[in-house]
Amino acid sequence: MTIASSRFDTLALEGIGRSFGSVNALHDVNLTIKRGEFVALLGPSGCGKSTTLNCIAGLLQITTGRIMLDGKRIDTLRPEERGFGMVFQNYALFPHMTVRQNIGFGLKMRNVAKDEAARRIEEAVRLVRLQGQEDKLPGQLSGGQQQRVSIARAVVIEPPLVLMDEPLSNLDAKLRLEMRAEIRRIHNTLGATTVYVTHDQDEALSLADRIVVLRDGTIRQIGRPSELYEAPDDVEVAEFMGFRNRLEGRCVSNGAGLVRLETDHGVLTGRARHSLTDGAAAVALCRTEDLCVAATGADGIRATVDAVEYRGREFVGSAHTPGGTQVTFRSEHETELGKDVTLVADPQRVLIFQARRGN
Amino acid sequence: MTIAVSEPRLTFRQRLAVREIDGVSLLVVPALLVVIALFVYPFLYGVILSLQPMKGGGLFANYIAFFSDPYSYNTILLTLNLALPVTVFSLVLALPIAFRVRLMKRQRILTTILVIPITLGTVLVADGLLNYLGPQGWFNRVLLAMHLIAHPLRMTHNYWGVFVSLLITGFPFTFLMTLSYVSGVDPALERAGATLGAGAARRFWHIYMPLLVPGLAINFCLSFVQNFSVFPSAELLGAPAGETRVMAIAAYEAAFQHFDYSMGSAIAIIMAIVQLVIVGLVLAGRNFFYRGSTTGGKG
Repeated sequence: MTIASSRFDTLALEGIGRSFGSVNALHDVNLTIKRGEFVALLGPSGCGKSTTLNCIAGLLQITTGRIMLDGKRIDTLRPEERGFGMVFQNYALFPHMTVRQNIGFGLKMRNVAKDEAARRIEEAVRLVRLQGQEDKLPGQLSGGQQQRVSIARAVVIEPPLVLMDEPLSNLDAKLRLEMRAEIRRIHNTLGATTVYVTHDQDEALSLADRIVVLRDGTIRQIGRPSELYEAPDDVEVAEFMGFRNRLEGRCVSNGAGLVRLETDHGVLTGRARHSLTDGAAAVALCRTEDLCVAATGADGIRATVDAVEYRGREFVGSAHTPGGTQVTFRSEHETELGKDVTLVADPQRVLIFQARRGN
Repeated sequence: MTIAVSEPRLTFRQRLAVREIDGVSLLVVPALLVVIALFVYPFLYGVILSLQPMKGGGLFANYIAFFSDPYSYNTILLTLNLALPVTVFSLVLALPIAFRVRLMKRQRILTTILVIPITLGTVLVADGLLNYLGPQGWFNRVLLAMHLIAHPLRMTHNYWGVFVSLLITGFPFTFLMTLSYVSGVDPALERAGATLGAGAARRFWHIYMPLLVPGLAINFCLSFVQNFSVFPSAELLGAPAGETRVMAIAAYEAAFQHFDYSMGSAIAIIMAIVQLVIVGLVLAGRNFFYRGSTTGGKG
């Protein structure tokens, strides 16, 4: 394999911000990316993740802060001078050029010699497994194939950084899983450094070495996938990472790092993510798959079953507490609708946060 | 043995559908009748009329007469000499403006300003320009006051008067069409080009131009046909006996001053043929370019 990523050590975003008129789309983002890393920018739509990516690529000017590549300032350079490869959500293939011409465009712009370019194009085509399609126009390819061309076009120029803007969101579910594995394989093969924008936490968890969670234009948490999955820093990050059940109450200290939360309709024990004093208002968060139906009389949350869905190996039900809070739970057996149940969870799987004002 | 099966009666539209005719396409019939009555019939009538010369002398006597008199056949060159530069110039002018306006938020205001000259009509514009560009008009007075010129420029009753008038009345049309083609190109393509190392000039020539050529060709044809049939401004602002004696004037003179309808028709038919040749050449050239969608993938 002779296509490789250009050498660099770190890319540093130093307090970058971007405002559109009076709207702050991005505020004080600090992030250092090391060579070879796969970093996912994760967040709901409008959180600033695509803005961050476009600022790195140079397609958007930053309004505060600076971007440094190995100590050299690059935020003043135009996108064509930065030389990062970018994969777009809608592929952005040149419709009037064949697959070969699309992949070769960046090489042509760099005045790479013809036979050298031909060799690298061939290799890129092999890397994304599109042999035999070189002379087709993008319009003659399927969505998945188009995205492969787009990836080949971005990596063939051997960029220090490959930027991907929700590259899988236009593909169907099956193809998405397939391409996800492909992207990780290509990243590993090339030893590339990838910044990947997504709103899909599964995608971020399975692909990234490090996940950056953004919300309202600021970084909320940076961590390894397992850290984010198991120990989110705040309620919003937790909710975004799939902690769908949220119960409010007052905490009663219980020692050993575990805290008991008393709600109006039962109790729940969990790990405290903030230091909490006795009697303080607190919120417990727990995933659907960790909340299950207990034998009657057990210590848990009382709720009435509203609906049950069959999921193959198990059932997923939704219920409401007498106070009207909606919860979802897992169950091995079908549960009767309208039945009153007690729901419990492994204390290690429940996170307790301090309740914020206005929360 | 025959089995009697009661066949359900098909509706009119179903019977059409069996013959693979969509019932809705019948809606085209009224428009087709109008086109035949107002366009095809007069055109054929003109062709036949042109083949019945008033002075006798065979079917093609009018055409032979036209091409043996330099005063007549030179009108072809005079007209092309006006229509081609005006069309090319307004396209070249429209492109950069369209590229800028594409990025603007308040496009509607600009569009409104640009549409006004279309609504005024060529006669009013020509009349206005006659004053504005005349020896005592504002244009010359300003230049004189700024000491840029010593004597008023002659801008009326010559080639340039007609040129400016055609440009003003034709430009909005050319511009609006160009704008819609330019806006139709997916902006992500330009961004992709930039990340791949193409500067602004190379993005324009390698990405935008190949995608715009088919649209610009159509745009050229429509503007050209308009400019080629110039009559009011050539008559009012030009020198109708001299350098702006365009074909429409020649046809008008033959038909309504010499009362030779047959000759007038012949000139009109020659006009149509010249236009068809130019349009045909441009559209044939268009086939050398990519003509599909101008987006870079799924939207």
